[in-house]
Amino acid sequence: MNPIYIARSSAVAAREMAGEMMIMSATDSTLFSLNETATLIWQAADGKTTLAEIVENRICQEYHVEPEVAYQDAAELVEELASLGILVLSDQPVRNAQLEVTQ
Amino acid sequence: MSLMSDLNQKALRQGVPLSVHLDVTYRCNERCEHCYLDHEGDGEMNTAEIKTLLDQLAAAGVFFLTISGGEPLIRPDCFDIIEHARKLRFNVKFKTNAILIREKQAKRLRELNVEQVQISVYSHRADVHDGISKVPGSLKRTINGIRLLKSQGLKVTIANVLMKGNLQDAEGVRQLAAEIGAHYTLDPTITPMMNGDTSLLRLRISSDSLRTVFQNSDLVGNVEDFCAPPPPVDEDAMEGYPCSAGHTACYISPRGEVYPCVQFPITCGNIREQEFLDIWQNSPQLKEVRAIRGKHLTTCSSCNHLGTCTRCPGLAYMEGSMRGPSTADCEKSYVRTGIVSAAMLARANSPSLPALIQIQFAAR
Repeated sequence: MNPIYIARSSAVAAREMAGEMMIMSATDSTLFSLNETATLIWQAADGKTTLAEIVENRICQEYHVEPEVAYQDAAELVEELASLGILVLSDQPVRNAQLEVTQ
Repeated sequence: MSLMSDLNQKALRQGVPLSVHLDVTYRCNERCEHCYLDHEGDGEMNTAEIKTLLDQLAAAGVFFLTISGGEPLIRPDCFDIIEHARKLRFNVKFKTNAILIREKQAKRLRELNVEQVQISVYSHRADVHDGISKVPGSLKRTINGIRLLKSQGLKVTIANVLMKGNLQDAEGVRQLAAEIGAHYTLDPTITPMMNGDTSLLRLRISSDSLRTVFQNSDLVGNVEDFCAPPPPVDEDAMEGYPCSAGHTACYISPRGEVYPCVQFPITCGNIREQEFLDIWQNSPQLKEVRAIRGKHLTTCSSCNHLGTCTRCPGLAYMEGSMRGPSTADCEKSYVRTGIVSAAMLARANSPSLPALIQIQFAAR
């Protein structure tokens, strides 16, 4: 199985409010609200960490679920978020996909 | 409930400043006759101050950021500011007259994923538009800028401020927007200058002209709905707050002053002296604005239009009281529905109009 690297798309605006990530696409102005799990994946999507690592280190530890089940669900979720332009997926580490500020 | 209204409600409950309008300069390359700003550049925040402010706004939960002016592109660091804002994941709306937009600037705005660009166009005729902006050739340059922005795939809104001098051209601007593929908005509101000078109000269109505008379905949508009589005032209207100013939104001037709204010139603090969140949470002026509900409004609380009026608390403040009526909005409600407002009835018994107060700005 090829690794999946995920990165936050630079084409969206995002802000967390009350535990949910609000995302707005600059392309078509669509507003999305990510639930707790999707927010966790979004926050971990640095382009350098594989989805498997995110699931193992963040999802499984947070929710105490079986890795295989969690990975399957997470893979479906990131595919959907990528189709909406919220995430960028690659089988290589993703460079320059983000406009993050180091604070 | 739509996701957007859900977001607004959540922000209101959490006390989050969801939207901020930031003017990065008052300097401008136009001199529009209805403009409510001075055009002095003294005391402007520098690049580092604005970036620090943006950091504070992101930490406070601000999501929607309008970057405006003056003409923001006059600042050589304008794209640095926008880039920093986008790195902080703000949804950025950019207001410009587009005179300084060339292919390079349009491309940069696209690369930075600015969500939309708003540009004022006063007429489709150069003599009328340029007469208002006081800059010969400005319509041509503005339209060229809009076309370049559209060619980059950016969402552009043409804002058409209606005044006596361009009243006849609303349809022409609407058609121009349609031809370019831009969204069109119309606004007949002319406000006093932020220093309280009311001389600009002479530019407001007459009631008869406003009525004609409100009967034009191309401009207002469904006329029957738009001009429908107000429903009976209910508890929601009495317990409701007038608008988002100070509740989920605020305005920040180029000098770092924080106000509830760009049209509400009551200084609530300065980010050069306090952290933004401290001002947002603890300003006595903002607390006063937030405490006002429909039932607290003098005169308006007994008005049939309470639940549907566009009453602007900032304009009311400039007329003497943030709890009072706003004459321009009374007129709009009346012209729209044919039903006289409570404030108009009160004025009929006391014909002298209240003087607009002089607004005191914080020392520069």
